[in-house]
Amino acid sequence: MMQFMLLFSRQGKLRLQKWYVAHPDKLKKKITRELITTILARKPKMCSFLEWKDLKVVYKRYASLYFCCAIEQDDNELLTLEVIHRYVELLDKYFGSVCELDIIFNFEKAYFILDELLLGGEIQETSKKNVLKAIAAQDLLQEEETPQGFFEDHGLG
Amino acid sequence: MNASEHGFNPAFNMATIKQAINEAVERVRMPTPMRLRDLIRQIRAARTAAEERSVVNKECAYIRSTFREEDSVWRCRNIAKLLYIHMLGYPAHFGQLECLKLIASPRFTDKRIGYLGAMLLLDERQDVHLLITNCLKNDLNSTTQFVVGLALCTLGAIASPEMARDLAAEVERLMKSPNAYIRKKAGLCAFRIIRRVPDLMEIFLPATRSMLSEKNHGVLITGVTLITEMCENSIDTLNHFKKIVPNLVRILKNLILAGYSPEHDVSGVSDPFLQVKILKLLRVLGKNDADASEAMNDILAQVATNTETSKNVGNSILYETVLSIMDIKSESGLRVLAINILGRFLLNNDKNIRYVALNTLLKTVHIDTSAVQRHRSTILECLKDPDVSIRRRAMELSFALVNSLNIRTMMKELLTFLEKSEPEFKAPCSSSIVLAAERFAPNKRWHLDTLLKVLVAAGNYLRDDVIASTIQLISETTSQQAYITLQLWYALSEDKMDKQPLIQVAVWAIGEYGDLVLSATSDDISDVAKPSEDDIIDVYKRLLWSPQNSPTTKQFALMSLTKLSTRFSETNSKIQQIVSSFCSNLHIELQQRGVEFTQLFGKYSNLRSALLERMPPMEVVRTGNEVQTNGDMDESEDKSNESSPQHINNTDSNVLLDLLGGTDSSDLDIIKPSSIPTQPISNNQDLLDLLGGLDLSNPVPTTDTSLGFIMENNNGSLPLDNNDTSGFLMGDILNTNLVNEKHVPTLTAFDKNGLKIVFSLEKMSESNMVSIHLTATNSTISSMTDFLFQAAVPKAFHLQMLSPSGTMISPNGQVTQILRVTNPNKGALRMRIRLSYTIDGALIQEQTEVNNFPTHIWD
Repeated sequence: MMQFMLLFSRQGKLRLQKWYVAHPDKLKKKITRELITTILARKPKMCSFLEWKDLKVVYKRYASLYFCCAIEQDDNELLTLEVIHRYVELLDKYFGSVCELDIIFNFEKAYFILDELLLGGEIQETSKKNVLKAIAAQDLLQEEETPQGFFEDHGLG
Repeated sequence: MNASEHGFNPAFNMATIKQAINEAVERVRMPTPMRLRDLIRQIRAARTAAEERSVVNKECAYIRSTFREEDSVWRCRNIAKLLYIHMLGYPAHFGQLECLKLIASPRFTDKRIGYLGAMLLLDERQDVHLLITNCLKNDLNSTTQFVVGLALCTLGAIASPEMARDLAAEVERLMKSPNAYIRKKAGLCAFRIIRRVPDLMEIFLPATRSMLSEKNHGVLITGVTLITEMCENSIDTLNHFKKIVPNLVRILKNLILAGYSPEHDVSGVSDPFLQVKILKLLRVLGKNDADASEAMNDILAQVATNTETSKNVGNSILYETVLSIMDIKSESGLRVLAINILGRFLLNNDKNIRYVALNTLLKTVHIDTSAVQRHRSTILECLKDPDVSIRRRAMELSFALVNSLNIRTMMKELLTFLEKSEPEFKAPCSSSIVLAAERFAPNKRWHLDTLLKVLVAAGNYLRDDVIASTIQLISETTSQQAYITLQLWYALSEDKMDKQPLIQVAVWAIGEYGDLVLSATSDDISDVAKPSEDDIIDVYKRLLWSPQNSPTTKQFALMSLTKLSTRFSETNSKIQQIVSSFCSNLHIELQQRGVEFTQLFGKYSNLRSALLERMPPMEVVRTGNEVQTNGDMDESEDKSNESSPQHINNTDSNVLLDLLGGTDSSDLDIIKPSSIPTQPISNNQDLLDLLGGLDLSNPVPTTDTSLGFIMENNNGSLPLDNNDTSGFLMGDILNTNLVNEKHVPTLTAFDKNGLKIVFSLEKMSESNMVSIHLTATNSTISSMTDFLFQAAVPKAFHLQMLSPSGTMISPNGQVTQILRVTNPNKGALRMRIRLSYTIDGALIQEQTEVNNFPTHIWD
């Protein structure tokens, strides 16, 4: 089971955090800080896996963003790379050649997409099409109930 | 919402109009809050952390104030902003309750953001959880699938045990929902609930079974995940699910054999996510079960042979297959296939795959060593990998593969690795090499050669135990001593890096077996010239003088050099000179050794050869421990060495206690006492025993000189007060000395402001050296602190100053110090002295010249 997923930039700025285990806020921050420092210090030619406490950390860099997942001992780290890649593909499809700024300004969408791919730290849907369909349908629900016309700046803006 | 699109619905229209009016009122009452997008822009525009903080604080204050206003239409937007602020690391817990309000709202947008906020902000606090449990219960019963989906997703992420218990029944109901979208989410929710509360497993069992007959991959994969969790949870459930093995095999077979399906294809592989999950479940079901294993042998072989290996995705499946094959009771042929897959992985260009292969081989090496052995050369290749994690795994695996058959080739590679590796590898690698050599060495000479190579390659990163065990092995292997000592000599004379462990072992061996080196037969030397006594002494000089070497190493060298004086014939005077120069060394241990060993060249030279005889071969168990203790002692010595000169007093009295109490068991151990007939053979021999032995063998008439021996130790380094015993000893010694030396001239060098310095001169046995005993007394009523005496003599003289007995002179107290002046030309001695001390907080500095030394002293 995946314990958490972090997205952070090359400058070490956190862009997304998804926790599937209950930790106090303080501990989450500590873990995040530690992992970001460790991963950013690694050279590009090094492999994508870290042994970290009793977890395996799998990370991969896409452009300026690092995707980092902590999985348990009996999880498959090569497949986790595929999960990360699947998530990136979904973001890419949804935003249309996604970049870091898309994820910064639409972080809630990035969370929504992740929540349709994974649930409770496990994969819930292996079809890209189904994930995007579910997201599109929910976006439509949101649009329908947002008043149009003279309240232009409604919604999240 | 536009009513015209949905046909006429008066109720709906009325609601819309009402909402619009409400919001218009809201807008008038309060200005529109900043949009999320604008806030993010503002925060990103902040140039400094302080600027960012002020933007965030301002917005947080505003958001708090809106939270106080009930029924805000902007709540959703504000929470979204708060979530962004939270990600930046600012506290946002005050938004927890607002999230719950959003969740309770009928609007989907509110719910979506509300649940997102709940997942991010909620901790496991009871009170809030009770509230959210109620919200979840409502939404799990919603008619909109996406609302149910949001609730399930949130439950899966933050379920606490209480929540799990309260909502298990709802989830179980949803697992049977006709809607696949809800069914798959409910399946994973059940998985999480069982994780939190394993007792709740029972109620999910019936609904779980049917999930496997699904066509929908989402439901299938969640079903497999759920069953895996259940099987790992209880043996009964595991046995219950044994019967699904054929189903799983069928699903897997369909996945492999079915043609291209665009929906689940990942670079040519059909749904790798599902395949891996099924393989993992098969592993759980087939473990320790011959029948189940038999049923899955074929499909595992099929997956292993049919999977496309050019991409990571195929390899992730192969990796899982290998793990399953190794875990279940599979056929031996299948196991070989699995190991071969890992062997192929090792050759892969992708470093991740190489890493996984090494990791898995490391786990399986104990199950099937011979199969892994076949890939030994590939594994050894990985020692040269540019990736440090891969090198570390390769190193561990290599050591796991070493046996008596391959040790020669393996060690060659591992020694090369040791030589080139990063510092972090050197300690563990060298220790592992030493262990492996101990277990599998084909012969003693090879073993010694290997240890020597480790000493050279690991440099200063070597652990202490390696030094000890190497010395022990040399001592034990009498037939190879001449050979290895000579080899160590060559290594030592070529060593430019001051490798402390190498030096320590080498000088130990040379000290013990120096005579063998000189008389080495052509059998022991290969092609290089034998060293002469002078060559060896020159290297010792370099070692002892070099500031790079640690005091411990120098102690090894000094001891060894002293031993050489009985093994060499021509260079005794040189050795004596070097040893005596340590009588004034700043390092207390070295100084003590210097003084002690000097005695062996002077008054006790008759004892020297017997004292310094070769050590008997060390027995493995006992000496192992003993040498270890030596290593520990060395460390503590290093520590005391670091203390500043001001603390020398403490160290001194420690040394005195050691001296008297016989607790010191450091390097003097090496002195073999068995030659003294009155002494029992004991490895606990220490300085006290040594002195005791001296006393015994030198009856009454020589007591005086024997005390003199102690005095020279003490005068150089000891305070006169503090310690009763020492004070008593000293008083005695001084008296005897004064009585014995009839013509001791004294002169007052300085007498001012209550500080009086008296020199008493003593002619040393060496014709042109005079020892000046300086006594500084304080006749004031205040203490003098930081007392420092400095002296300078003309170039024709040579002045040596030992450390003073203290830096503080209490009222009517005294401090002593020894100065040694060598006067080769026998000219008249002039001395310039400078004094500094602090009294009553004032720093006093004085300078004067002493010209009234009696000239007859040099005659």
